[in-house]
Amino acid sequence: MTARLVWENLKHKPMRSLLSVLLIGVPVTLVLSLVGLSHGLSEDAQTRARGVGADIIMRGASTSKVAISFSGTTINEKYIGLIEQYPHVKMALGVVVKPVELPLNVMGVDLAEFSRMNGGFTYLHGVPLQDPDNDVLIDKYYAAQRHAQVGSTLTIMGRPWRVSGIIQGGKLARIVVDKKRLQFLESANGKVSVIYVKLDNPALADQVVEELRKDENWADFNIDTMEAFTSMFSVNNIEQVRIFTYVVIGIGVLIGFAVVCLSMYMAVLQRTREIGILKSLGGSNSFILRIVVIEALTLGLFGTVLGILMSYGACWVIGALVPASIPMIIVYSWWPIALVITLAGTGLGSLYPGLSAARHDPIEALAYE
Amino acid sequence: MSSGLIIETRDLRKTYKVGKVDVSALRGVDLSVQPGDFLAIVGPSGSGKSTLFHIIGGLTPPTSGQVHVGGRDLALLTDAGRTRLRKRTVGFVFQKFNLLPNLTARDNIAVARYIAGNHAGPDPEFQELLRFLGIDHRLDHKPNALSGGEQQRIAIARAIVNHPAILLADEPTGNLDTENSKAVLEVLCDLNKRLGQTILMITHNPEAAVFAHRTIHMRDGRIIEKT
Ligand SMILES: Nc1ncnc2c1ncn2[C@@H]1O[C@H](COP(=O)(O)OP(=O)(O)O)[C@@H](O)[C@H]1O
Ligand SMILES: [Mg+2]
Repeated sequence: MTARLVWENLKHKPMRSLLSVLLIGVPVTLVLSLVGLSHGLSEDAQTRARGVGADIIMRGASTSKVAISFSGTTINEKYIGLIEQYPHVKMALGVVVKPVELPLNVMGVDLAEFSRMNGGFTYLHGVPLQDPDNDVLIDKYYAAQRHAQVGSTLTIMGRPWRVSGIIQGGKLARIVVDKKRLQFLESANGKVSVIYVKLDNPALADQVVEELRKDENWADFNIDTMEAFTSMFSVNNIEQVRIFTYVVIGIGVLIGFAVVCLSMYMAVLQRTREIGILKSLGGSNSFILRIVVIEALTLGLFGTVLGILMSYGACWVIGALVPASIPMIIVYSWWPIALVITLAGTGLGSLYPGLSAARHDPIEALAYE
Repeated sequence: MSSGLIIETRDLRKTYKVGKVDVSALRGVDLSVQPGDFLAIVGPSGSGKSTLFHIIGGLTPPTSGQVHVGGRDLALLTDAGRTRLRKRTVGFVFQKFNLLPNLTARDNIAVARYIAGNHAGPDPEFQELLRFLGIDHRLDHKPNALSGGEQQRIAIARAIVNHPAILLADEPTGNLDTENSKAVLEVLCDLNKRLGQTILMITHNPEAAVFAHRTIHMRDGRIIEKT
């Protein structure tokens, strides 16, 4: 019967109910989109790092220990040969990294070496770099984002490049140029940003990392197993993202709280007489409070559902506009979290109107016009 | 206090504070009601009739004096105790019908059962009563689709669905035309006769008072005459 009462109340003022649900849903969408965005970014980075096929990564010490970017070309290429003499090291690959528009990087790669490490890129369209000075490879997401085809000319790093091939995503980079060419453009001849190391036995990665770290030669390097490196991209390990997410959640809860408080307060005012009637029938204060809280929680529930639906919409729009820069995904595990957070906000928001309704004097409420 | 009475008041007083002014709504009311009584209460407006009902029905506590309703001393009841009294012991019928506008007639009655903790379906007796009230075919309509007479009969059904000891009707025909008034009064009269329902009815209409066993006249918060 409580459900019937609540439902009829919601139906009685459909515009108010729908607006409340919408206003609750918007912050839910914001939170889910933010979470989808940060998860998407980190998963995408992890996938591409793993796609390199290396077991160990060595970065110049100037790059921060837990930064996703490895800007700067600080490693002399001659080290690559030294590393390859290590026991169990099958090959080492130097890559030049140049950040362009955040979070995108251009990577300078020697395609022949890259093939030796992991079989090379998969070409969806076109061919490998023909003219190393002017050609670029892009993955399908960046191609979609830039509306580019094979043969298109793209401006990257302030100069024109011809797209010679469109590659399957998921390996190293979205934008690939010739290593030597990028070194030249960056005035970093003979230097690379990062060295990927492949072992003859991946199970020995930890052991080899230990040995490399002990070696004086690499004192200036950050050396990690690929597994440890990719786990640094995990959303939970990126403090700033976590704090930002909490802040947005806080704002969302505040909005949900305020919307429900206002909406229920108005509803309670409008229903003063009905509250008097319920009291005259013997409805207790807790019964009145319960009805208001349940109505608010119902709004919160529908708001969450709408928020989830709208997050699909956001995902679709972003996927259509900037699939390469923002690889947003739907993170199902956050649905229950969003629901609990929303219900907490709406439940709290309904307390004040609910208590003020419960405290109405029945005679005055019945006399209310 | 003597037993056997369903309502008994002694020197009942009620003072409302309006800002800094005290308004004496009741100034010493002595009233005794037997079970099965049908009592009409008349008097000019402002004479304290509704206030008397509000106290007997547990909507507000008395300021002083004694009130016993259904064997309970209302002066001792807490807010929660008065809520229980409204659930089970009294049923209200108001001039303005006071149905919940969002609910159908059926649900209006069901809400009263639900609040009283009566979760079983309506008994056959009650179905019979709905037929007798002439509203059994109107139950799925919301109040705004019902005539005033129908709404008031639904309100009566709602007031007695939990078999209260006392039915308090505050100007039940005040918003009805002659024909509907007559129908409602006949229903009340019949409830009193058939079920022995104790009824207290406030009215302005001398013709309505005729239906009752006896009439009490109020003025300035006192009973001035009993007939
Ligand atoms: N809730 C209230 N607050 C203040 N004064 C009230 C209240 N209810 C009734 N009164 C006053 O008490 C007196 C009696 O009112 P009431 O019992 O409604 O009379 P009646 O029903 O006979 O017209 C009136 O003067 C009225 O203004
Ligand atoms: Mg009155």
